[in-house]
Amino acid sequence: MKSCKRATELMSLQLDRELTTSERLGLKMHLMMCRHCRKCNVQFQTLHRLAHDRSRSEEDSKG
Amino acid sequence: MPLDLQQQLTDLRPRLLAFAQLQLNDTGLAEDMVQESLAAAWEGVGSFAGGARFDTWVFGILKHKLIDAIRQRSREQATGFDPDDMPDIDGLFNQRAHWLPAARPRTWHEPEQACMKDGFWQVFDFCVLHLPESTARVFSMRELMGLETAEICASLGISEQNCWVILHRARLKLRACLENGWFGREENHEVL
Repeated sequence: MKSCKRATELMSLQLDRELTTSERLGLKMHLMMCRHCRKCNVQFQTLHRLAHDRSRSEEDSKG
Repeated sequence: MPLDLQQQLTDLRPRLLAFAQLQLNDTGLAEDMVQESLAAAWEGVGSFAGGARFDTWVFGILKHKLIDAIRQRSREQATGFDPDDMPDIDGLFNQRAHWLPAARPRTWHEPEQACMKDGFWQVFDFCVLHLPESTARVFSMRELMGLETAEICASLGISEQNCWVILHRARLKLRACLENGWFGREENHEVL
């Protein structure tokens, strides 16, 4: 996969559903080659985790 | 300190209302949900464990009421949702679909620490609310309310594929907004 745009689609998708084997491999190959997309991937995961942790701290504080 | 509590809740009201309005697209219902949440916070403040920020706790109360309302409504009717109201991401990529230089992601320093700081979640919410309305709704339902895409698209009457396209664009826009509004602002000790 050569397109960064397509790679970002898969980075987003993997947060919402499991990727197929070929999607996963394609993304992996692209990330090995592209440092910009590696950063984007980390950021997508960070956003996902921060939002999730925020929701969980709401749950915790319900007492 | 009832007066202090009342003041805190009053100060929070506009943010709660903006969030509820975004989720429900129904001003009357949004105001009802916010009013109920404020009343519940007022009555239940004794159960606030103090482990989280007060505003986060009140948002949590509202969130549960909104999820109930969305589920209730999805059984009754589709809402005025425009799936084509999406952010434009052409400005991020060149013709070969590679990152344009100005749009390339930079390293975020210590995001876990950042989100504990005052102001981070205000910037975050600001960025979400500046997405096109339909996009912001899908993103909030998925990431802030924790619903699965199957449930989101069922409640909005859109395809799951459509939902994934919207989330992709939302995340691209949001990461750029946070980078400009928060992570880029602190220090520029960026190593490329």
